[in-house]
Amino acid sequence: MNIPLNRHSNILDFSLSSLLRRKSKNLSLLVVYTLIIFVIASLIFFVQALKREAAQLLKEAPDMVVQRMVAGRHDLIPAAYGEKISAIRGVTSVSPRLWGYYYDQVFGANYTLLVAEGKPVEPGNIMIGAGVARNQRIQASDMLTLKTSANEALLLTVQGIYPSSSELISSDLIILSAEDFQAMFNLPPGQNTDLAVTVANPREQVTVAAKIAELFPDTRPILKSEILRTYDSLFEWRGGMIVVILAVAVLSFIIFAWDKATGLSAEERKEIGILKSIGWETSDVLLLKFWEGIVISLSAFLTGVVLAYVHVFFFSAALFEHALKGWSVIYPQFRLVPVIDVYQLTVLFFLTVLPYTAATIIPAWLAATVPPDAAMRS
Amino acid sequence: MRKSSLFFLFTAANIALIGLITAHARYSQAMAETGIQERAGLVRALQLTDLCLFTEARYTRHPAMADRFAPFQDHPGAMEHFPSGSLVTPPLKRVHEHSP
Repeated sequence: MNIPLNRHSNILDFSLSSLLRRKSKNLSLLVVYTLIIFVIASLIFFVQALKREAAQLLKEAPDMVVQRMVAGRHDLIPAAYGEKISAIRGVTSVSPRLWGYYYDQVFGANYTLLVAEGKPVEPGNIMIGAGVARNQRIQASDMLTLKTSANEALLLTVQGIYPSSSELISSDLIILSAEDFQAMFNLPPGQNTDLAVTVANPREQVTVAAKIAELFPDTRPILKSEILRTYDSLFEWRGGMIVVILAVAVLSFIIFAWDKATGLSAEERKEIGILKSIGWETSDVLLLKFWEGIVISLSAFLTGVVLAYVHVFFFSAALFEHALKGWSVIYPQFRLVPVIDVYQLTVLFFLTVLPYTAATIIPAWLAATVPPDAAMRS
Repeated sequence: MRKSSLFFLFTAANIALIGLITAHARYSQAMAETGIQERAGLVRALQLTDLCLFTEARYTRHPAMADRFAPFQDHPGAMEHFPSGSLVTPPLKRVHEHSP
């Protein structure tokens, strides 16, 4: 073995023995440090995977959704608007969308009721999401009773249940026919919830939206790019819960680093004094402290990242579930497709491992520059 | 075995694990392609605009369709009171947004 490597191995041996002498302190430090990395890395993995999934799925969303606004609120839009919009150059098709919410008083759950294009269900039949089936404890061919706006019971047969793999988009959905939707909500004739507009050339979407806004000043066109941007900004770091998690993690880390940077314990100073008195160079002492920092921070980083991956992609981020669920009665059970963002992990590495190692070396350097007898007496 | 060798072994094992999870992520992405295509097909067929992440409030169930001020529209001075409201940022300023 060559001499520099041998020197490092010897000093590493010594630093591991030194860490083991203060076993309980360093072990608890390692556990908490690993937990901090675990929480931040879990958050990174979860958010990146969710954003990727959203981007891949919602690229199939309508090119544009046109809502009508009345008194500052989303209101029903007349079918006549659709006819005029379809005459705008560049618009391929306009399809009215009928959808709404239904609050189930028995189970306390909110469902999304939607009429799908192409009549996938006949009147009297419905397709439901796996979350609805789980909540209502029903399966295909069972009956589901909904209460209409006239307070009458509407009996519907479950024609099918969307697969659980699609829960991230379909968990709370009830797909029903236009006739049943009308029976449920008794909408005025010729009214829709909103309009889905298809524009052949993606470059013309903004122009078409401007024309729609000009033609109907009481409408709000929402572009597909805006839908995608909404999900790209989901779980943004400034969001309430995220900023709390990050703040707790960063503050805990600052406390560690501060504890290290504000000085060494009397025992550690004495140890440095003894080492210098038996012939250790200042550079050897710094190397010793460097390895002590590396052992703790690198071990915490690597273990935390691996545990975070297992937590998010093998256990569906179980620790975050309650925070995400909030007061929802229906919560989708989904497993995200793993994504590793090397850039963000690298940033995490440089923001945690390097400052901690530096914070370990600086006070040691200050202690190592004083004469050995003074260090031992302190 | 020397303590330093044990540490190097532990670190090497962890680095190998990170290599493995990277390979697992790539493999899973390739395997999940069909499922994603199926889900994307459902989004297209049903003309969906949002993920079903938070079903507790209208503006968290369909954040892309909601108003920027949705949490506060129920009555003047109404404050956000749904937990998921702290995870969902308001829709970004839209190109053609106005409030008639």
